[in-house]
Amino acid sequence: MDATVIFTVNGQKTTVITDPRRSLLDVLREDLHLTGAKYGCGEGRCGACSVIMDGRRVLSCITPVGEANGKTIRTIEGLADGDSLHPVQEAFLEVGAMQCGYCASGMILTATALLERNPNPTDEEIVKEMNVNLCRCNGYTKILQAVRRAAEKIRR
Amino acid sequence: MTEETLVKITESQRCEPSGGLTGDMKLSRRCFVQIVGAGLLVTVMEGPSLGRGGGRGRASMTVAARVRLNTDGTFAVMTGKVEEGQGSRAQLTQAAAEELQVPADRVHLIMADTALVPDDGITAGSRTTPSTVPAVRQGAATARELLKGLAAKRWKLDGSTLKVQNGVITNAATKETISYTDLAKAGEVEELFQQGISSDVAVMNVSEWDVLGTSVPRPNGRDLVTGAHRYPSDIIRPNMLFGKILRPPSYGATLESIDLSSVADMKDVVVVRDGQFVGCAAATSFRAAQAVEALAKTASWKTVPHPSSKELFSHLKEHARTGDRSRPGNKVSVEKGLSEADKVLSATYEAAYIQHVPMEPRAAVAEWSGDKLTVWAGADWPQRVQRDLAGAFNIPAERVRAIVPDMGGGFGGKHSAEAAEEAARLAKAAGRPVSARWTRAEEFTWAYFRPAAVIECKAGLDANGRITAWDFATINPGGAAADTPYAIADKSIASVGTDSPLAQGPYRCLGATVNNFARESFMDELAAAAGADPLAFRLAHLDNPRIRRVLETVAKHFDWPARRKKVTAELGVGLACGTEKNSVVAACVEVEIDREQGGIKVREVCEAFECGPIQNPANLTSQVQGCIIMGLGGALSEEIQFENGKILNAGFSEYRVPRFSNVPKIDVHLIDNRDIPSAGGGETPIIAVAPAIGNAIFAATGVRIRSMPMRGLLLKQA
Ligand code: FES
Ligand code: FES
Repeated sequence: MDATVIFTVNGQKTTVITDPRRSLLDVLREDLHLTGAKYGCGEGRCGACSVIMDGRRVLSCITPVGEANGKTIRTIEGLADGDSLHPVQEAFLEVGAMQCGYCASGMILTATALLERNPNPTDEEIVKEMNVNLCRCNGYTKILQAVRRAAEKIRR
Repeated sequence: MTEETLVKITESQRCEPSGGLTGDMKLSRRCFVQIVGAGLLVTVMEGPSLGRGGGRGRASMTVAARVRLNTDGTFAVMTGKVEEGQGSRAQLTQAAAEELQVPADRVHLIMADTALVPDDGITAGSRTTPSTVPAVRQGAATARELLKGLAAKRWKLDGSTLKVQNGVITNAATKETISYTDLAKAGEVEELFQQGISSDVAVMNVSEWDVLGTSVPRPNGRDLVTGAHRYPSDIIRPNMLFGKILRPPSYGATLESIDLSSVADMKDVVVVRDGQFVGCAAATSFRAAQAVEALAKTASWKTVPHPSSKELFSHLKEHARTGDRSRPGNKVSVEKGLSEADKVLSATYEAAYIQHVPMEPRAAVAEWSGDKLTVWAGADWPQRVQRDLAGAFNIPAERVRAIVPDMGGGFGGKHSAEAAEEAARLAKAAGRPVSARWTRAEEFTWAYFRPAAVIECKAGLDANGRITAWDFATINPGGAAADTPYAIADKSIASVGTDSPLAQGPYRCLGATVNNFARESFMDELAAAAGADPLAFRLAHLDNPRIRRVLETVAKHFDWPARRKKVTAELGVGLACGTEKNSVVAACVEVEIDREQGGIKVREVCEAFECGPIQNPANLTSQVQGCIIMGLGGALSEEIQFENGKILNAGFSEYRVPRFSNVPKIDVHLIDNRDIPSAGGGETPIIAVAPAIGNAIFAATGVRIRSMPMRGLLLKQA
């Protein structure tokens, strides 16, 4: 049975009438054409689908869209401010912290949510927060470097 | 399409990767590569040339098929290679910019679109660097010379006296200049570029490089961090539907009956059955999946027996083709060397099937317009996708356009484009574009695997600790890096075929990952038997100066002699080296052992790598770091388990790939060897990782683990 779900995506109030059991990821990608959030596993084990919901990172593949009702969601498409990139995006670009880049949107949003809470994380804190995020190009070394650099930029 | 043709296609898709071990070599021969003089590689294309007067045959490609000058003085450069994270987009952009003598941002690279680009062969085997980079450089260098010729004609002088810099041609004598932009506006260039690419044009010497050899970032990097780039799974077309396919419950199962009327009330769903193919398309993937689930409940299948991973190694041995051991080229007897030996050692190594697990599973969008088909697919060779689809739908290849958008990883695992055909079937029936995207479980089950292996090693040592004979038979993974780089007079190397229970195909460095594991582990066993230091033992048997250099480099940076002395039961160090695809690698690692818990933690990897002149240092560093960490997975945790034709661990919770918390301290040393042509660097750095870890475990514990993945559990039992 379809339901009406109303949420704010990247500052825009959005109404979707759909089966509320569908994943938030599917609705973002298939209905709203926000394809920046990626599918990697569908079981909450890779972080590719990460988005920020009410300030916290959520795994949109295991979040039924019904649960997003009334929430505020930020996706990678809404992170930059017009032409100027978010510091985390900037840092990823400067460090070259992507090979195929498929994991990048999930990595960047996870790091953003972390740094908004804790702008001065230790390496252990970064690893703990980001451990669900997989990079199969195995670019972890540079991703870690990028998150550290982003933290510096945000503190500045 | 009849069921018969369908079966054939399915078979050819399954068999191709299986035969890919040799098949890929065949494929790479589509390009005839010859060495002409000072390291200049010439690639002659087979197949149709895009330029005027092209057509079938081996005519050399026109400049226009490779390079176009835009009126704003920028260039479009075309290549059939795909970008899947290995860095080819930046590298080929640099190659063209170098020869055109413009900054990299004035070259726009068009990749992997059969309507626009020449066929550069499959993206595999580290061939972009040794084959495509030279082909692009040659095309761009010819273009540069033609443009100089045009300027010379205007000035009525000899073109050889002109210099180009930053897109501006200068007459040194008169200081007159003319830019590419000016020439583009004159309108003669298009005609000029209809000429063939010159096979003897001079390319820039390594010592003159100013774009190649620098860390040009990925040209579309910004689109990757903003989410703007559309990967194959992100392509959206007007009116598009989403598809799901009914999969057999087990390998080899055939569909006997299914009740399509069970979904008759789902009026919004397009249902297709064509022989064994059953799929649904709907406005959402959720809806399509619901329909497929409903259909699955009504399907009855005929299943066949299938071996399980528990009996994998005995299966591989039992089915080994005995004739392969005595194939011409394999020396069958090492009796002389063994009889002269003081000690004879033998050991059998094993490796499980593992999977590439690219972050983006297979995905494709197909769109028909009349009898013309366009697909956007994640696959390694657009022209093969085009040919396969033309064959599947019985239409001329010209009516199929295959585009490979920069995709989310491959590592050798995306040579086949099953999703493209699935999307095309559904799209044809629906009369609307369809996106077919595999789930992770589908990718784990219906893609193909890195070959499993059983490797039998035997060697003799004389009283001085020198190897007198070497017998190496590798069953199943193919011959990559099977031969030993060590100087051993009496040796026999055999690559033995067998029956592979799972569909297998290329992987990062393919069989070299396991052949090198066996050899470098066994070398360590021999060093221990000879009472020698593993580094000294290797160097004593190595003539190859390039391997010696990486080995000595890594030993120095790791401080091998001192750290080897400090080994305890909890802290081991190990090293390994190897060569493949004309590049060389050596690694030292430190592992921490918790014997009681069966814990193995890699704390540090130091690796030296050399692949000729470095074309993009930052990208090469990423590739080496990526190989090292990917290598940890195969070494310690990755293993496909199967039973009754089903994969038992088709998800990230059961199949463990490296995560942030597994990342050791990594120290990479790249050697820029400018005396030889560049080789590819995205594969070989993986081959030293597993054996170095195994050797470090042995150093600490005295336990030799001979099976990949090396499970810490074995330390508890030993
Ligand atoms: S797709 Fe959501 S965690 Fe993997
Ligand atoms: S960059 Fe390819 S998965 Fe992370």
